[in-house]
Amino acid sequence: MKKQITACGDWILDRMAMDKVWNQHMAQYYAPKNFNFWYFFGSLALLVLVNQIVTGIFLTMNYKPDAKLAFDSVEYIMRDVPWGWLIRYMHSTGASAFFLVVYLHMFRGIMYGSFKKPRELIWIFGMLIFFALMAEAFTGYLLPWGQMSYWGAQVIISLFSAIPVIGDDLSLWIRGDFVIADATLNRFFAFHVIAVPLVILLLVFLHIVALHEVGSNNPDGIEIKENKDENGIPLDGIPFHPYYSVKDIVGVGVFLFFFAAVIFYAPDMGGYFLEHDNFVPADPLKTPEHIAPVWYFTPYYAILRAVPDKFAGVIAMGAAVFVLFLLPWLDRSPVKSIRYRGGIYKKALFLFVISFLALGYLGTQPATDTAILMTRIFTVIYFAFFLLMPIYTRWEKVKPVPKRLTEQPSLEDHIPAMIDTFNEMTVRKPIKTAEGDTVVKLRPNPSGMVTVLIRFLKKLKASLD
Amino acid sequence: MNNEGVDTSKRQFLTSALTVVGAVGTGYLAVPFLSQMQPSSKAMAAGAPVEVDISKLESGQLLRVAWRGKPVWVLNRPPRMLKIIEGMDTFLEDPSSNESLQPESSKNAVRSIKPEIFIAVGLCTHLGCSPTFRPEVAPPDLGDDWEGGFFCPCHGSKFDLAGRVYRSVPAPTNLEIPPYRYITDTQIIIGEDTAVEENA
Repeated sequence: MKKQITACGDWILDRMAMDKVWNQHMAQYYAPKNFNFWYFFGSLALLVLVNQIVTGIFLTMNYKPDAKLAFDSVEYIMRDVPWGWLIRYMHSTGASAFFLVVYLHMFRGIMYGSFKKPRELIWIFGMLIFFALMAEAFTGYLLPWGQMSYWGAQVIISLFSAIPVIGDDLSLWIRGDFVIADATLNRFFAFHVIAVPLVILLLVFLHIVALHEVGSNNPDGIEIKENKDENGIPLDGIPFHPYYSVKDIVGVGVFLFFFAAVIFYAPDMGGYFLEHDNFVPADPLKTPEHIAPVWYFTPYYAILRAVPDKFAGVIAMGAAVFVLFLLPWLDRSPVKSIRYRGGIYKKALFLFVISFLALGYLGTQPATDTAILMTRIFTVIYFAFFLLMPIYTRWEKVKPVPKRLTEQPSLEDHIPAMIDTFNEMTVRKPIKTAEGDTVVKLRPNPSGMVTVLIRFLKKLKASLD
Repeated sequence: MNNEGVDTSKRQFLTSALTVVGAVGTGYLAVPFLSQMQPSSKAMAAGAPVEVDISKLESGQLLRVAWRGKPVWVLNRPPRMLKIIEGMDTFLEDPSSNESLQPESSKNAVRSIKPEIFIAVGLCTHLGCSPTFRPEVAPPDLGDDWEGGFFCPCHGSKFDLAGRVYRSVPAPTNLEIPPYRYITDTQIIIGEDTAVEENA
């Protein structure tokens, strides 16, 4: 029996060298040995992609892409289809999780200079995936045919009408009707279910092929291929399988813990993952009182709102995404990783993260005068980070980069310090109970907390220098 | 393969010719695919005029009707509102509606055929949200200068009670006024211009 299985395996391998592919991309693909927490998000993005495809296939079995039936068919999935609620919540939570891991994955790239030479093409493919993902999320959000689906799509499609000359005809062509209607829903279903997913799969394939050609970057931003042993294997490299395939499973376990917690306990995430107004069927005559996109679009939406001119607003929003494509050519620093960059870049990145988060928050808020003013300030910071980058990255003094990867303290090494901090912030007080006994109870210690906070802020300031 | 004595310029010509013919063919083939996304004949045909009875529309009341799938507002403006409209010009981007869409019959100071009855397409000229009707004066969220009008919750565009856009808001032009005419004093037909009546 065993002999026959081996023979069968050999028969396949003679015709298709899958063992070579496996070795090239897994067992003999050497990755830097110092990957940290931030390197989980690539494999997690792949996991979420699989989740979206599988749950999506099962959702189409009961969903009806028809303006008269769509809203009810989603409710039917939620109430009457066995386990339909779970599959739908896995899909809707998966959408938010996808953007969360992709944003963290992109931040990792910006932090460690993974977009820099020779990895520009990986970054470009990654950005194209991000762009396709936005199209996928947008077309998917129309399908439940709720109030937010309808008016969100109305706003986004109207963006195209701001383009001079061809704008009106273009938005008419996208909608297939004079307003968002059955024709729009039906074609968005086609884009969401078949067209865009195929594009995403192709781009993910290219992203990984491009990555495996040049090899992964790492938190030190050092090319491990510059130090090889006599067999041509990088001295600081370890085979992806089993080392990182096993490590990534730990990441998957932790991720699934949080993912399941959201699915079962907070599937709408207080209106951020599934907006409350979307539980009301689409009404073409009435816009909801307060309309905001889902959280992952709010930074760009805020930028759109910051500009008091229709066409310029659309341009600013498009530029906010497009400028990311140019990152490999805007950054003029000779070093990759933030560990060896100067203080100016660290401060600039810190301000950028603050403004991105602030724009994300402001995009969920009503358009009051104060909110608009704040949005304008953060929009300027957002663009300044990119547009001034050629100047400040050339200017700043960088630290010497070591030849080989460095050893960083691991999570276990931090545990004693964490216990000390906990003890500093708490106090053990003897307390008399109603029965007259004295028990020692743990209570917060405000003065200790202030000390810890001050120390944290000092550390933060020092780390930005 | 033996390439000796081969005239490569002929090969080059054939390759180029095939590329050009293939590209032109692909271009032609793309036309039906791209055109099938245009509005269908059925969608083009839908869009008949609608009749609105305004006999029960009280002073200050707003009525929403659907015309071509779009919300159309019918607002009965009391004299108080008409007076506010007169003093708005300095706040407005296009007070005389030169850049905005409206039939000739509504191109006047109050943007309507009869001053009190205001009819407009209830979609913001910015990105197509339907603004909310905010007739109250100086509500906390819109500030002390607010004299009543329409406020778009999506991106904060403001319009006065004649649908005219404020300065420094995202919307570029005043709200669109649809073609409409009076059949009787209390019957309006939306989607047909006054010119139709004159010709008939």
